[in-house]
Amino acid sequence: MSAGRGSLVERAAIVLPFVWLAVFFAAPFLIVVKISLSQAALAQPPYAPVFELSEGLGALRAGLRELSFSAYAALAEDALYLRAYLSSLWIAGLATALTLCAAYPLAFAMARAPAHWQPHLVMLAIAPFWTSFLIRVYAWIAILRDEGLLNRALAGIGFITEPLHIFATDTAVLIGIVYSYLPFMVLPLYSALARQDPALTEAAADLGAKPLACFWRITFPLSRPGILAGSLLVFIPAAGEFVIPDLLGGSDTLMIGKVLWSEFFDNRDWPAACAAAIVLLALLLIPLALWERTRSAEPVGGR
Amino acid sequence: MSGRPLYFRAGALIFGFAFLYAPILLLVIYSFNASRLVSVWGGFSTRWYQALWQNEALMDAASVSLRAALASGVIAAFLGTCAGLALARFGRFRGRAVFSSMIFAPIIAPEVIMGLSLLLAFVALDAPRGFWTIVCAHATAGMCFVAVIVRAKLESLDGCLEEAAMDLGAGPAAAFARITLPLAAPAVIAGFLLAFTLSLDDFVLASFVSGPGSTTLPMRIYSQVRLGVTPEINAASSLMIGFVAVSLAAGALAARLFRTR
Repeated sequence: MSAGRGSLVERAAIVLPFVWLAVFFAAPFLIVVKISLSQAALAQPPYAPVFELSEGLGALRAGLRELSFSAYAALAEDALYLRAYLSSLWIAGLATALTLCAAYPLAFAMARAPAHWQPHLVMLAIAPFWTSFLIRVYAWIAILRDEGLLNRALAGIGFITEPLHIFATDTAVLIGIVYSYLPFMVLPLYSALARQDPALTEAAADLGAKPLACFWRITFPLSRPGILAGSLLVFIPAAGEFVIPDLLGGSDTLMIGKVLWSEFFDNRDWPAACAAAIVLLALLLIPLALWERTRSAEPVGGR
Repeated sequence: MSGRPLYFRAGALIFGFAFLYAPILLLVIYSFNASRLVSVWGGFSTRWYQALWQNEALMDAASVSLRAALASGVIAAFLGTCAGLALARFGRFRGRAVFSSMIFAPIIAPEVIMGLSLLLAFVALDAPRGFWTIVCAHATAGMCFVAVIVRAKLESLDGCLEEAAMDLGAGPAAAFARITLPLAAPAVIAGFLLAFTLSLDDFVLASFVSGPGSTTLPMRIYSQVRLGVTPEINAASSLMIGFVAVSLAAGALAARLFRTR
């Protein structure tokens, strides 16, 4: 369907969202690149512009000579940034592994539940995603604090005498990430597991494989596309997370999202914030590119 | 398939969903706590809900949030449906790869980066920051989710239906209005609701692009949370959860009505 009266409408259906995304997603991103190459300045806005489009090509050439990598150089010199990147990647990686461990049994049980339950179980797994992220993180403050619900409950059953210090530590950040991103991991895992033909494990069992061997040699390898997709969906946003480390983490919890935020809002160093954002994005593109490669290499990959 | 595996699976379901829902449930329960101490139960009371009504700053923020969610939800539903339709039905048009990755990128891009880049764009455009910049930011994030949902729905439907309608003499516009759109409607509604709730919930994007006088509810909640946990915030959160639950139920009902018609 491309001929006749439809084609004008069709073109509009492509052009409208395209233009919107170009203006509000692609162009802003280029501006970030541009400002990351500017000098910080005590002005409003707080950076010295590299070049103005209205000044034409000559100004562009002059501007190119004045490109400043000082923001990036500062990034490389400041140990704080290096530590923040490493600790973000470490926390996000650990949280992704923990989320996988928590999500796998749930997704597995969902995929093997009676067929008429499954749509409802999927709905139940998605529903928390619709409640506010901020509120779900906030809910954990009341649970994890020294005088919070968890410590009171544990003390109540005589399990502990001294309160556990979980709140304002990296452990609390990990719990927050696992909790907030669990649905992102459960859904791809579930769809990979539900798609498997039960005849495969039955055949393996008929041939004498124990249930555990069936799982490790049939079910688990076949769910790899789901594991990869879910891990990326958790890892990438978690690495840039601001709200969770800010609310649940301590003052020593170092994550790049937090650093970027304070660089922007507290220090008002826009070039530094932009350079930090660009480097973060470049770091996150690596796992994404690797995923694309394994996805195209695997013949039975999921969508 | 019986015995131990069954217990294991039942246990996994119960533990998994308990983990997902217990914190939310506790939050709602403690919003009815008479005591000011958030973790000590002091009897049932609705005093924090009454206090909420008198908290004008919070009510103003709620109204900003609702209006922004409605406006950005409508824009996102429209643009996202266009994009989903283009990806599912128009075959290989020029720039399709760029188009589809531009739809996918905002979904996984870290929010701080999106917020930062949008704010810088608004500064560069010299746009006055406030209500409409929040709407634009939320519509951009929301439309991508709508596009993904609508595209998946359309791809699961049979394109033959539209072709049959056109063979029977319907023009492309009529085939679209009477076949494609009604079939895609549940996905459009679901997408709108998702965009609506994303906007209602968003804190990071709104903090970057809002200006003076346009503080959203999550921004207000956040600034109070930083000062400490209060039952009033529990009450506000519970109301938001209730509101989302009601709109979800309404959406499911609307989708069912479309299906039975």
